[in-house]
Amino acid sequence: MNPVLHKAESRGHANHGWLDTSHTFSFAHYYDPTRLHFGALRVLNDDFVDGGMGFGTHPHDNMEIISIPLSGDLEHKDSMGNVTVIRQNDIQIMSAGTGIQHSEYNKNKDKKVNFLQIWVFPKQRDIKPHYDQITLDPKDRINKLQQIVSPSKTDEGVWINQDAWFHLANLKKEFKTEYTIKQKGNGVYAFVIEGDVTINGQKLGKRDGLGISEADVISIVADSDTEILLMEVPMNL
Amino acid sequence: MRTPLTILVIGRHKQIMETVLRLLNGQEGWRAIGALTDREAKIRFTETKFDLVLIGGGVEEKSEQLLRLEFEKTNPQIKMIRHYGGGSGLLFTEIQEAMKPNGRNREVFK
Repeated sequence: MNPVLHKAESRGHANHGWLDTSHTFSFAHYYDPTRLHFGALRVLNDDFVDGGMGFGTHPHDNMEIISIPLSGDLEHKDSMGNVTVIRQNDIQIMSAGTGIQHSEYNKNKDKKVNFLQIWVFPKQRDIKPHYDQITLDPKDRINKLQQIVSPSKTDEGVWINQDAWFHLANLKKEFKTEYTIKQKGNGVYAFVIEGDVTINGQKLGKRDGLGISEADVISIVADSDTEILLMEVPMNL
Repeated sequence: MRTPLTILVIGRHKQIMETVLRLLNGQEGWRAIGALTDREAKIRFTETKFDLVLIGGGVEEKSEQLLRLEFEKTNPQIKMIRHYGGGSGLLFTEIQEAMKPNGRNREVFK
């Protein structure tokens, strides 16, 4: 299983009027048996929500849920008492564990919010639910890999109940870098937020995804100014 | 008329159970019954011939093992999977995958 290429236009798509969403992996009523997950990475949704609209209160359990706003503001309320707004440069994580309920709405009435919602299978089931949110400095990812998620509470980024590490990077055209796998046996799923990039020799465009396993080092070359998300996850649980 | 797909959902979280049952019973040709305790699950399993058992959040490892042993002894064909996520996101894929002729048993993710 190496590598796995998901072109942007091959993603599952649903337009509910207020919600226009693309699913890299099978989700809700989009079912493709060849696209179920990449290791512990189970969901990668690219959501556009109309002004003032959103997801009413609904439950979750046993899933690590990471939200990354790309534009606009997302209001979040949950059964743990968190009432927050996440904006561009924020990262939010919910470890749903034994169960939580939450809602997510576009904070603004006059513009869309676009955010990535990512679900990762938990390392341990039925943990006490956990919430965290951080604000990143975008300068720290210019021609650098900025760690945004890690399994260590003392490391950079939000904590996740999984042996997973996520990085964001804004790379200038022709910049070259490498990503070294942190845990043997893990794979890396690269998702292109903007621009064009070549990863391990594979050319990728906006919203394309590439999963690479059985590699220790990943090579990255920016073919234009580009923004990418790298998700290192266990391939076997 | 097609025989409905019958699903026993075992979980400990009342709101999640209600949501999962509503979603499953909203599907044409599917019929789901919930159990919040092991005792209730065992009673339900003897009352109805299920095609699939969905194990939700909060079911302790030991309970899960004992239920699997007992249910597989009663019905060796029974498929038992873990449900993740607590809502509509993964539910339909989990069931589609489990009910394939060579459908996965025990856990969807392996």
